[in-house]
Amino acid sequence: MSLDAPATVYDSGFDTGTARPIGDGLFTWPSDNPALLCSRCQDCGRATFPAQDSCPACCSTNVKLEELPRRGTLWTYTVQRFMPKTPYNSGETQETFQPYGVGYVELPGGVRAEGRLTENDPSKLEIGMDMEVVFYPFRREEDGSELISFAFRPVTGPGSTEGR
Amino acid sequence: MDVAIVGIGIHPFGRTPERSGMQQGAYAARAALKDAGVDFKDMQFAYGGSHSAGSAGSLVNELGLTGLPFTNVANGCATGGSSLMSAYNAIKSGEFDIGLVVGFDKHERGAFNADPKSLGIGAWYGETGLMLTTQFFAMKITKYMHDFGITSRALAKVAEKAFENGAKNPHAWRQTPIGEEEILSSMMVNDPLTKFMFCSPSEGGVALVVCRADRARQYTDKPVLIRGAALRSRRYGSFEVFAPSQALEHIGGPTVDASRSVFEMAGVGPGDIDVAQLQDTESGAEIMHMAENGFCEDGEQEHMLLNGETRIDGRLPVNTDGGCLANGEPIGASGLRQIHENVVQLRGEGGARQVLGDPKLAYSHVYGAPGISAVTILQR
Repeated sequence: MSLDAPATVYDSGFDTGTARPIGDGLFTWPSDNPALLCSRCQDCGRATFPAQDSCPACCSTNVKLEELPRRGTLWTYTVQRFMPKTPYNSGETQETFQPYGVGYVELPGGVRAEGRLTENDPSKLEIGMDMEVVFYPFRREEDGSELISFAFRPVTGPGSTEGR
Repeated sequence: MDVAIVGIGIHPFGRTPERSGMQQGAYAARAALKDAGVDFKDMQFAYGGSHSAGSAGSLVNELGLTGLPFTNVANGCATGGSSLMSAYNAIKSGEFDIGLVVGFDKHERGAFNADPKSLGIGAWYGETGLMLTTQFFAMKITKYMHDFGITSRALAKVAEKAFENGAKNPHAWRQTPIGEEEILSSMMVNDPLTKFMFCSPSEGGVALVVCRADRARQYTDKPVLIRGAALRSRRYGSFEVFAPSQALEHIGGPTVDASRSVFEMAGVGPGDIDVAQLQDTESGAEIMHMAENGFCEDGEQEHMLLNGETRIDGRLPVNTDGGCLANGEPIGASGLRQIHENVVQLRGEGGARQVLGDPKLAYSHVYGAPGISAVTILQR
């Protein structure tokens, strides 16, 4: 399962009727335009992802749920070249496993969020490049329902800093 | 009350199919007791840890049911450092005179597969393939190389040195030198780190006998003093393993905090250290930990490594026993292996890997999930 195949990104659409998020409260769902969710401390202003009931920066419990920006810049990255052991659960086998990119994307005013990248070619990844969050079916359960996860994709075209 | 190490014992690292992890721990404990010339029944307390090879406290079944207070320590890769720290405080407090510190482990082959739930992280993090220490190390060094001009050649030099040192260490797992080119061209695991730049989970056991410094000479004519020991967890803004997100602001990690604390405690500085054992879970970690522990500025590692300054015959020998790269990482024993090596060096018993110039001060550092560090300064 290669993440950069067009069919795997949110834009191409999938059945929102049976699809559900891979983790509770990770992103707005169901939604036509989902975003990652953070908790924002009402005392010190810092964001935490995934959202939690307290602020790790100042120990306050006065936090509110908030959407994170959908775009940011790549802070660092690597490529996962071997198939992880359990608890990795993608439906892949050793034969079908595809290496995947992993990175932290700096979401302005929010956090540096870690996620899989849609790109697994390190020569096409660069610290500082523009990235956007996408949502895609990660795994199909036995009952046929799809589990939706998030990933970050290099931004190309309008809004990209590429070629500047 | 000052604290001294008067006995050390090690079970060879690597793979020992004929012994369980706990038997390797018992082997190391008996060796340490013998080294100090004491019996297990002389031990007033014990601290010990193992991640995957059973409860360290069960060692009493093998060593003797003497009734001593045996505390199990579980602190990830910092388990050994934390055990020593606990023993240090137990004696420093005046409550005990002499005790045992022990660590052992036996892991399956392949990368560790931690359970996100045990660290308070959602199951999704593991299911989607983010719960891997190797990714963190790769991403941390990627950013560091970008910011401070470190090259892949320096990464290879760290591994080359580790295997060269391992070849001089009879209890190392990997005792065959591997050259820079072979390291660079080996299989890419997590870019930019190749197979030979990573340590692997392994097996082994280490034990120490520690006592009040004023009684140390009853047990050995070469006592080694613990001049300082510090343990820190992460603060907000540091970049740590198993973190679904990081803060936008950036501060030094627990290693920086623990290091500053231990140097202050010992009343010495990085320039006074004669030999150092720094957590080298992979090549990049050793490079970054050189700076985080105060031994150089960010970016200086490149020329230090290319000039061989951290080799056994260099200005600051680092990981003289081959480190994690040549010994593998049995979690419970790994931090204590560093202490064992520093005692060997301070006693002048390093043989082919003995550092030159009669070393007096030795430094050790471990780092573990989810962002903890334990450091120790020993003095002859």
